[in-house]
Amino acid sequence: MAKFTKKSKTSQEIPTAALPDIIFMLLFFFMVTTVMRENTINVKQKMPDATELRKLQRKSLVSYLYMGEPKNTVLYGDEPKIQTNDVFIEVKDVILWVSKEKDKLSENERDQITIAFKADEDVKMGLISDVQLKLRKANALKVMFYVRQIADI
Amino acid sequence: MAKGRREMRGIDSSSMADIAFLLLIFFLVTTTIANDKGLTLKLPPHPDDKEDIEIKFKEKNIFKILINSSDKLLVENEGLDDPKKIRQMVKEHVLNRGANPNLSESPDKAIVSLKANRGTSYKMFIAVYNECQGAYYDIYAERAGVTNKRWREIASDLGNPENKAIYLKAREGIPMAISIAEPN
Repeated sequence: MAKFTKKSKTSQEIPTAALPDIIFMLLFFFMVTTVMRENTINVKQKMPDATELRKLQRKSLVSYLYMGEPKNTVLYGDEPKIQTNDVFIEVKDVILWVSKEKDKLSENERDQITIAFKADEDVKMGLISDVQLKLRKANALKVMFYVRQIADI
Repeated sequence: MAKGRREMRGIDSSSMADIAFLLLIFFLVTTTIANDKGLTLKLPPHPDDKEDIEIKFKEKNIFKILINSSDKLLVENEGLDDPKKIRQMVKEHVLNRGANPNLSESPDKAIVSLKANRGTSYKMFIAVYNECQGAYYDIYAERAGVTNKRWREIASDLGNPENKAIYLKAREGIPMAISIAEPN
């Protein structure tokens, strides 16, 4: 009867030589998918819930408009404000901002500019509709409301 | 001495994994997966830019939704507590085809009118608007024989001629007529 408990001569360690490769693979995935945030958002952003979301067709045509109560209420008060890029603007400045955003696009795409509303759910409709009226004046008629997707039932 | 040098020929790469891990964790933490989805809306031109054309609509063709400043709903002159019920009501209104004398005459004449107050919260407005759009998407999806989710994918990608054909066929005769009045 042969001995079953034979001492193996092969090493018991798991080879870890390929570990860096695997990690690098993951690393590259995240490096490629990462989008660095271009500007700091100074308003509260708790999006409302919705189910009927649609994908944006072209991201290059989108300009973002942030609305909400300022995070720094001591400095800016607690009235909801509009933020574009890095600055707070007033409702009356929306037209100017839209024309600046339109200038960034090529001439044949200017009518297709999409304004994305990233508004806090506590913002009142008064502000939203004032902004919308200005957008209509500025002839930027495509609007997208950013919302938080909840599962469809 | 000479023997030791020969053993150190290769660079020790065991800590490479640690460095890669460090970078990986950095990117994991800073990554925000960009989402480019939302509710779409096409605004009408500015009221000053075009002359006022008086168009008369029959009262029964308009499905009225009002939201007041304390987020209370008034749908077809009756109070409603749950905005999710609007979806079914809109569908019934649009696809009535003259069956119920209080609802629309035909799908192409049906209008959903949504009016909020200046004090209405954005959250409530989105909830109601979501249901109105959802009702139409449900109708289109059913006509196209796809799910609501698939329909929205089709509608977002009209560059594809196949999708465009499905899109136009499903929407034929049923325009998405959601009118958002300026709040008072």
